[in-house]
Amino acid sequence: MVDFHGWDMPINYGSQIEEHHAVRQGCGIFDVSHMTILDFEGSESELFIRKLIANDVRKLLENYSGLYSAMLNDKGYVIDDLIAYRMDNGFRLVVNCATRGEDLKWISARAKEYDVNMLERDDLSMVAIQGPQSPNVLKNFPAPIDFLKEKKRQQGIFRDDIFAAKTGYTGELGFEVILPNEKAIDLWNIAISEGAKPIGLAARDTLRLEAGMNLYGFEMDETISPFECNMGWTVCWQDDQRDFFGKESLIKQKESNDLKELVGIITDEKAILRQGQKIHLEKENHARGVVTSGTYSPSLKKPIALARLPKSESTSCFADIRGKRVKAIIGTPKFIKEGKLIFKEKV
Amino acid sequence: MSSDNEVRYLSSHEWGRIDEDGILTVGISEHAQDLLGDIVFVELPDIGDMLEAEGESAIVESVKAASDVYSPLTGEVIEINEKLIDEPEIINNSPLEDGWFFKIKIDDDLQFKDLLTEEEYNDTCED
Repeated sequence: MVDFHGWDMPINYGSQIEEHHAVRQGCGIFDVSHMTILDFEGSESELFIRKLIANDVRKLLENYSGLYSAMLNDKGYVIDDLIAYRMDNGFRLVVNCATRGEDLKWISARAKEYDVNMLERDDLSMVAIQGPQSPNVLKNFPAPIDFLKEKKRQQGIFRDDIFAAKTGYTGELGFEVILPNEKAIDLWNIAISEGAKPIGLAARDTLRLEAGMNLYGFEMDETISPFECNMGWTVCWQDDQRDFFGKESLIKQKESNDLKELVGIITDEKAILRQGQKIHLEKENHARGVVTSGTYSPSLKKPIALARLPKSESTSCFADIRGKRVKAIIGTPKFIKEGKLIFKEKV
Repeated sequence: MSSDNEVRYLSSHEWGRIDEDGILTVGISEHAQDLLGDIVFVELPDIGDMLEAEGESAIVESVKAASDVYSPLTGEVIEINEKLIDEPEIINNSPLEDGWFFKIKIDDDLQFKDLLTEEEYNDTCED
């Protein structure tokens, strides 16, 4: 167990590699109650959320469906990444635990000018159930969670204080449930009895990294542009009448030529890529890039990493690992989806 | 491999055991493998390498962290556990038996008694 921003959290229950495979091949369950859940209600809640985040909740046509977004500061850098869900009377944002304090400060200060009320839901727990077998586990859940089986990715249901949506942080089929604290243990026990394996923080990290999903503080922070952490696709430009925090700066960033890019790298060497290692592009001596997150991929049985590099023609690079320069190939910042290799080498 | 011979430790979590006269078998402790978690790579010394007491001798890398392995005593490497290269998880499963790292030929048996006893080592782990 480890203290994670005031929460006692398990790094692993047994072998983190076995936990990883359990999610890729079967079904895993994660206690993610440390995540901060914020509900927004009021006549201007939509107006406010559309201003607050860079993606556009107008795209959410159905209640209880969600989208991934960045929340940007005025410089157009990432304060946090989050999922926004449309609810009956407003919106629900699930933001990071590590950034909770900064987020609340930023949001409350800006909410004052709107008819919107923000409520932090520490009465709720959050559990993620992920893996190819999760639909089978789901079938045997009592209502309302079993209604999810009719839903598509990013869609959800809400009844009897239980909210659930087909979202996740692993690249596998799965869903996340947000429910009153007193109901969470029952849910956990049902899932375990249906064969879900408990998964700790360590396997959560290797799963999200293989899936190419960002971790705040690693891929991005309040000094990083969404364009430099593979979040450009989450910025919504459809409605050019819409203003959002950071928009003006983003337009300027787009015009600049020195933006770096987030790539995936893989090495065949027996040395693990880790956060902070410097990256050299071929034939260059000075370090130009950095590993943002690195690990050993249990699925590929090789070291993999996300790295931020200057844009170039290079198809390979060299990582400084404990004094050695280790060659790695460059490709897409995603490696595995639904158990299959999706990494594409740069050519 | 199994032995009832006495195991002694370095506070940096390596163990040594004299299984044959003048030969020290070396590995990492149960506590060390637990701290490291799933071990995925091992770099062993070469046969013939001269190791120094408390000098770097191997590298063990888990998903969590990379860690140097120190030799408990001075001596020449006469055998390495090549199985660990392809199956490093053996170290997690059997750190004190099948997961041994290497064997060195030691000059001086007496120094073995200067290493930590199991009890002394366990005390250092509790801190």
